[in-house]
Amino acid sequence: LAVTGMASADPVDDELIIDGDLKIVTQAPAPEHLQDVMDTIWSGWHFREDDTRAMQMDDFDNPGMIFVDRGLDRWNASMGTEDKSCASCHEGPESMKGLRAVTPRVDEATGKVMSIEDYVNDCVTTRMGAEALGMTSAPMKDLLALISMQSRGEIVNVAIDGPAAPFWEQGKEMYYTRYGQLEMSCANCHEDNYGLNIRSDHLSQGQINGFPVYRLKDAGLVTARQRFVGCVRDTRAETFGSGSDEFKALELYVASRGNGLAVEGVSVRH
Amino acid sequence: MTIKGILAFAAMGFAGSLAMAEVAPENVAYTDGAIETSLTGTPGDPVAGEKAMTTASLGNCVACHSVTALEAYPFHGTIAPPLDGAPDRWSEAELRGIVANAKMMFDGSFMPAFYKSGPYVRPGDAYTGKAGTEPLPPILSAQQVEDIVAYLMTLKE
Ligand code: HEC
Ligand code: HEC
Ligand code: HEC
Repeated sequence: LAVTGMASADPVDDELIIDGDLKIVTQAPAPEHLQDVMDTIWSGWHFREDDTRAMQMDDFDNPGMIFVDRGLDRWNASMGTEDKSCASCHEGPESMKGLRAVTPRVDEATGKVMSIEDYVNDCVTTRMGAEALGMTSAPMKDLLALISMQSRGEIVNVAIDGPAAPFWEQGKEMYYTRYGQLEMSCANCHEDNYGLNIRSDHLSQGQINGFPVYRLKDAGLVTARQRFVGCVRDTRAETFGSGSDEFKALELYVASRGNGLAVEGVSVRH
Repeated sequence: MTIKGILAFAAMGFAGSLAMAEVAPENVAYTDGAIETSLTGTPGDPVAGEKAMTTASLGNCVACHSVTALEAYPFHGTIAPPLDGAPDRWSEAELRGIVANAKMMFDGSFMPAFYKSGPYVRPGDAYTGKAGTEPLPPILSAQQVEDIVAYLMTLKE
């Protein structure tokens, strides 16, 4: 009795070239671990309206760049009992080049999953003598935007084997779990139905290579973890905290679904 | 009996008769995905059904399905088959089953169960993101299910 609405993807055929010269890879062959479910991975950029896509093609029009500037101010500002700034130890933010493309990753010393937010808070608390920044606080998001920008254009390549393997498995299991009263998994929306419309929303593959994103609807920056909180909540489920171990594992897994796409720095979404 | 006493008695009687007529989510009997008898004994109202189908906090059926007769409500989804002609394909009992819990008809369906109280994985308190306590109130009341079925029965082609 199955009457199935077949998923047919229709991402917009377009190229993301920023300020006329920086080409961002927004479409790529699916990484090996996804090849049994899809051939091609697409950035969420391909699923947005023309004017939203255009905003990301020009840094002057990209409202996210304000947060990158603010991040630089924070980078240079001293804080905590040690009276040090990020710059005291790391020099310029360019020292962070490449990091966004390979995180989250498992820290060799502690065996913990570390995303950029975790690294930042590690320095803030253990090296600067300050209180941890809220996971989704303005200072954290500003620094995240700044650090992410240093890897703009680099190809995401998150490790899924070795010490990452158990976390990757945990994240994968979550991705396919049908949470909440609506009994929906990430895969139900972002793997089975991307390209289709759920009410007025054009479903993307739920990739996070573009994060943090400037979300026009919220007039602010949104991190991947924040987005996860919202998507799980929308299934009428008890969601997980933005700093939870569960969402760390999920972030690692979702990031790996985008292995092959480029880091967008700070993207623009509706 | 005092006036207060009479009122209390009347209220009890009212609640009692409702409970008797209405089939609770956990007691619904599905036969091959269909529900043979009305969940309430009160005929569905297609006008109320139209409202429940287009209201985001209720059925929000148009989030996934398109319905030509509901064109006045914008942004129909493209995820699920159009519902035009649904009663030509399904009996009233089958439609009742599909609306109450489509997973009984379509194994593993993406369509949410609208008249089910649990068990769920991490049940929430509606859209708050906070934990809910099972049995959860179903998304639609028994009468809203009947109203929607009555509306679907008008979609003959
Ligand atoms: C009920 C459907 C639904 C479910 C379930 C769902 N999402 Fe989403 N998600 C959306 C919608 C709608 C959007 C906004 C449009 C888009 O980009 O797809 C979105 C956006 C996203 C984005 C932003 C993509 C971008 O480029 O801006 C990410 C990341 C994401 N979801 C991840 C997840 C993850 C991880 C899960 C599971 C924990 C999940 N989603 C579950 C509907 C859903
Ligand atoms: C007192 C010195 C000090 C200060 C101040 C400091 N850090 Fe660090 N940071 C370090 C050290 C040491 C490491 C570990 C380097 C390593 O393991 O390779 C590190 C690692 C990091 C990493 C991970 C980099 C990587 O490639 O593994 C990030 C991200 C980071 N710091 C961001 C910040 C930010 C943002 C600030 C300011 C809010 C800051 N740090 C302040 C010393 C500092
Ligand atoms: C999140 C998506 C979603 C929502 C919301 C939804 N449905 Fe469905 N529905 C589906 C899908 C998908 C199917 C196809 C059956 C299958 O393969 O699972 C379906 C199938 C059906 C069918 C049988 C298809 C046919 O032949 O016409 C009917 C009737 C139906 N739905 C009615 C409704 C009603 C009424 C509501 C609201 C109370 C609703 N649906 C809400 C996804 C949805």
